[in-house]
Amino acid sequence: MSDELLDDLLDGQYRALARAITRIENRSPGYRELVAALHDHTGDAEVIGITGSPGAGKSTLVDKLAKAYRDEGLTVGVIAVDPSSPYTGGAVLGDRIRMASTTGDMDTFVRSMSARGQLGGLSTATGDAIKAFDAFGIDRVIVETVGAGQNEIDIVRTADTVAVLVQPESGDDIQMLKAGILEIGDVFVVNKADMSGADRTVKQLSEMLEGRENGEWTPEIIETVATSGEGLDELLETFASHREYLESSGALEEKARTRYAEEVRTLLREDAGSLLEGEIERRGGMEELVDRIVARETDPYTVADDVMAPLEECLAREEREHEPSPR
Amino acid sequence: MSVEEDQRAIRCLVAKVGLDGHDRGAHVISRAFRDAGFEVIYSGLHNAPDEIVQAAVQEDVDVLGISILSGAHNTLVPKVVAGLKEYGAFEDTLIILGGVIPEKDQPGLRDAGVDAIFGPGTPMSETIEFVRENAPDR
Repeated sequence: MSDELLDDLLDGQYRALARAITRIENRSPGYRELVAALHDHTGDAEVIGITGSPGAGKSTLVDKLAKAYRDEGLTVGVIAVDPSSPYTGGAVLGDRIRMASTTGDMDTFVRSMSARGQLGGLSTATGDAIKAFDAFGIDRVIVETVGAGQNEIDIVRTADTVAVLVQPESGDDIQMLKAGILEIGDVFVVNKADMSGADRTVKQLSEMLEGRENGEWTPEIIETVATSGEGLDELLETFASHREYLESSGALEEKARTRYAEEVRTLLREDAGSLLEGEIERRGGMEELVDRIVARETDPYTVADDVMAPLEECLAREEREHEPSPR
Repeated sequence: MSVEEDQRAIRCLVAKVGLDGHDRGAHVISRAFRDAGFEVIYSGLHNAPDEIVQAAVQEDVDVLGISILSGAHNTLVPKVVAGLKEYGAFEDTLIILGGVIPEKDQPGLRDAGVDAIFGPGTPMSETIEFVRENAPDR
C-alpha cells in the first residue's frame, strides 16, 4: 500500500505530502498504517494555532507570519480550516486568496480542509495532517480556523501555542466573559489596531485575562495591523518566548503527553463505536430497536446495556484469562 | 476492525489566470460546485501559472478549473500543464477551461492536456455532470 508514498514523503516530494494528507482526510484504506508510520519521524515542528471570528484578519496575519518565517529560511506548513455545508457537504475554501506573499513558493505548503460534516473527526484529521507536515520536515506549522465551536477549539488544541485574534468593537464585555475562546489563548492579538476602539478592546481583554495564568505563562496581548505588518515582530517574539517557556518548564512535554492520551482515547472511541455499530446491525438495526423503544417495549438505557453486554463479557473473560493463577 | 469508511469529496481548484479582472463567472461556478457537494478552493484573481500549479499540487485537487477571458490561454495554459507534469500531478488531474476560448484554439488546448472546454452559456448542470463523471478515480 503506502510504503512508497511514505518513502516519497520522507524523501521530500511535495506531491507525496499532498497525497498523504488526502488519504488522511478521506480516511482511505491504509491511512492508519500511514499515520502510524509517520509517528517515528515527528516531534520537530513547532505548531501554532490561530483562531478568531470571521473577518478578524486571520488569513492575512497567517500570510505575513509565513512570509516572516520563510525569510528566516524556515519551511512553513499552513492548514486552513473552513466550514462545510451540513446539507450538501460542499465547501468554498477561500483562505488561499490571502496567502499572496507566498504564492508560487512550494515551501509554504498551504492546505485547505473542510469539516466534511463530521463531529470530532476534523480535529483527528488535522492532528494527523500536522504529523505529515512534521515528518516531511516542515519547521513551522500554522493551523488556522474560525473560532466558532467545540470542533474548532479542539483543533487549535493540537497546537503548542494558540493565538486568538480579536477585532476592535467585536462585542461588549459580556461576549468576552463567555466561556471557551478566552481560555484557550496563550497570546491574544487585537488585529486591525488602527481602528477606533482598539484601545478599549485591549483594556477589556486585559481585564478579562487578569489573574488568568496558564501554568507559569501569563497570556499576552499584542496589537497588530496584519495588512501592513505592524506589530508582527512583537508577535513573533511573543511566539518565540512562549516556545521558550514551553520547553524550559516542561509544559511542552506535558502537552504532548496529554495529546497522545487524547488521541488514543479518540481512536478507541471510534473503534469501539464501530464494533458496537456492528452489534446494533446484528440485533436487527437501529430502526428496529427504535421501533421497540417507541412502542414502550424497552427503553434507550436497556438497549444500550444489551448492545454493550457481549463486549463487556468478552473483556471480563480476557481479564480472567490474564489473571495470575493462584498457587 | 477500524472505521475506514470513505469520506471522499471531489476537490476542485477554481483559478483565474493572468490579467483579466472579471471573476463573476469564477464565483458563480464556485458556488454551483459547492452546492453540488464539491470542495472548492478558490484562489482569487490574477494567478500566475506557477501559483496555480502550487495550489493544485498542495491541495491535491481532482479537478482544476481555469477561467480565462483575456485571450492569453494559448501561452498560459500549457505553462500550467507543464508545471503539473513537473510535480507528477498531471495524470490524475482533470483540467477544464471556462471563459472565452475561440473554436480554432480548442484542438490545440486539448492536445496540450485540457480535458474539456466550457464556453459562455454552458448550463451549469452540464459542467457539474462532466466533473462527476470524469473526476479521476484515485
